Amino acid sequence: MAFIRLDPLPCESSAELFFEDRPMRFAQGDTVAGALLAAGIDTFRQTPVTGAERGPWCLMGVCFECLVSIDGVENQRACMTPARPGMQVRRQTGSRHDAAAAGGDA
Amino acid sequence: MSLWDAIVIGAGPAGMGGAAVLAEHGASVLLVDEAPGPGGQIWRGIETVPDGRARILGPDYMAGRPEAARLRASGAVLAFGTRAWRVEPHGTVWLGDATGLRAERARHVLIATGAMERPVPVPGWTLPGVTTIGGLQILLKREGLLPAGPLALIGSGPLFYLYAAQCLAAGKRDIILVDTGKRTALLTAWRHAARALAGRGPSYLAKGIGLLRQLRRAGVPVHSGAQGVEIERAGDGLTVHFHIRGAWRSLSVSRAALHEGVIPETHLPRSLGCRMEWSAAAAAFHPVRDSDLRVSQPDFYVAGDAGGIGGAKVALLEGQLAAISILESLGRQVDPLLATATRRERRAHLAARPLLEHIYRPRPELLAPADEIIACRCEEVRCGEIRASLAAGCAGPNQLKAFLRCGMGPCQGRTCGPLLAGLTAEMRALPMEDAGWLSIRSPLRPVSVGELADFTGS
Repeated sequence: MAFIRLDPLPCESSAELFFEDRPMRFAQGDTVAGALLAAGIDTFRQTPVTGAERGPWCLMGVCFECLVSIDGVENQRACMTPARPGMQVRRQTGSRHDAAAAGGDA
Repeated sequence: MSLWDAIVIGAGPAGMGGAAVLAEHGASVLLVDEAPGPGGQIWRGIETVPDGRARILGPDYMAGRPEAARLRASGAVLAFGTRAWRVEPHGTVWLGDATGLRAERARHVLIATGAMERPVPVPGWTLPGVTTIGGLQILLKREGLLPAGPLALIGSGPLFYLYAAQCLAAGKRDIILVDTGKRTALLTAWRHAARALAGRGPSYLAKGIGLLRQLRRAGVPVHSGAQGVEIERAGDGLTVHFHIRGAWRSLSVSRAALHEGVIPETHLPRSLGCRMEWSAAAAAFHPVRDSDLRVSQPDFYVAGDAGGIGGAKVALLEGQLAAISILESLGRQVDPLLATATRRERRAHLAARPLLEHIYRPRPELLAPADEIIACRCEEVRCGEIRASLAAGCAGPNQLKAFLRCGMGPCQGRTCGPLLAGLTAEMRALPMEDAGWLSIRSPLRPVSVGELADFTGS
């Protein structure tokens, strides 16, 4: 379910962020959501209520479906956050309290 | 804390047009937007888009470039990457950016927060890999991303066809259109035809006909009159089910995208207690505005799609009109011909709107979906639970929120709000304007406790 980049990443570009500790290259101007979708990631989180998998829906900051943890700060809209080198992005799983207890986001 | 002549919230066409005209006439203007640059959704990435991508997006997209240049040259103070999270009567606007929180004050506030896509509640609309069509278009504009593999585009409305044509222009041919528009709507559209052929109407109609012709010539499969859309997971991809007059079909695709038109984003005017009005033709609420685009809250204006859907050109003109009215109340000289010409041009660009609203009127089940469908995506509340609560005597959206948590999640009821009103109207046999709406309170955008703790006042 991946995406194709109309403007391929330049070979010399080394900007990377980390999703669940996996390095992912991104382009200047990408949001975190764009970078993850381009890398073939569609599931950004699991809901607090039933644990259902979710990914971006509106991609314009309205629906809050793409919430991820970035550098330890939870509930960030991936679609509104510019990607920056070295970012540590993590999935949010279940209720926020459970994620912290599991040591997922310190 | 300085006092601005005007704060403009939202840097899409309406905000760009408004801020530029205000600043060009010497008013002190602060324009704020969450995005890193001007353009809003329609001209997303207009200052940074590579030429090849701009060609794919077409001339209406590129019309934003001179407007962005005009804004930059106008002298308006531009605050990008900035959230407007609370707006108070008398013109105090609370902002948040990477450096923290602050409050700014203005004599006038121009709200230009644009539109959002109408929620499209169908079974499977919450699955990963299912987005809005507008969302896919934003990925194309902003990141230059095109979905890989077979893509089902499901819905109706101008953006539905436009994005399909942009896919073709980008070389993506494995798209399948599932058109949910009502065929009978075209047969009864003659009532609006005369008006649509006046003013600038023909250019809108010609654009639509051109898009349809492009899609037909390219041989894109189109399933017209589709109903009962359901999406389910199938291995790494998705299966889309629908029927046309009772004959069921299924499509195997990599991704699916839904679109049933756009509606005004009304959170900000609602949080101020602005009087709202239901438009049966547009099947959406908008703030009540006078001919100068003032809303019921003194010294507040709403321009562009946030006040009623009109498209980019109308939004630009409305921003300019509101700016002229603000300049007049500031006692600044404005060429009287400018106001007259802007009004006339706005009217001309709205000519085709009643026809478009008629053709693309959403089916009633979009506002009151079947019981098994999730209405509140955040708290996973289904329409059946909401109907059961209403049947048990629940008064409306705010009690539903208290009983079921629908509208209490992170999106603050932006997505389920129209559905809670629609289901209330259905179950209590009320007109939409009497069904009630969630009470909207700040923070309208996320604010962390840390940011509040760090706020020292100014």
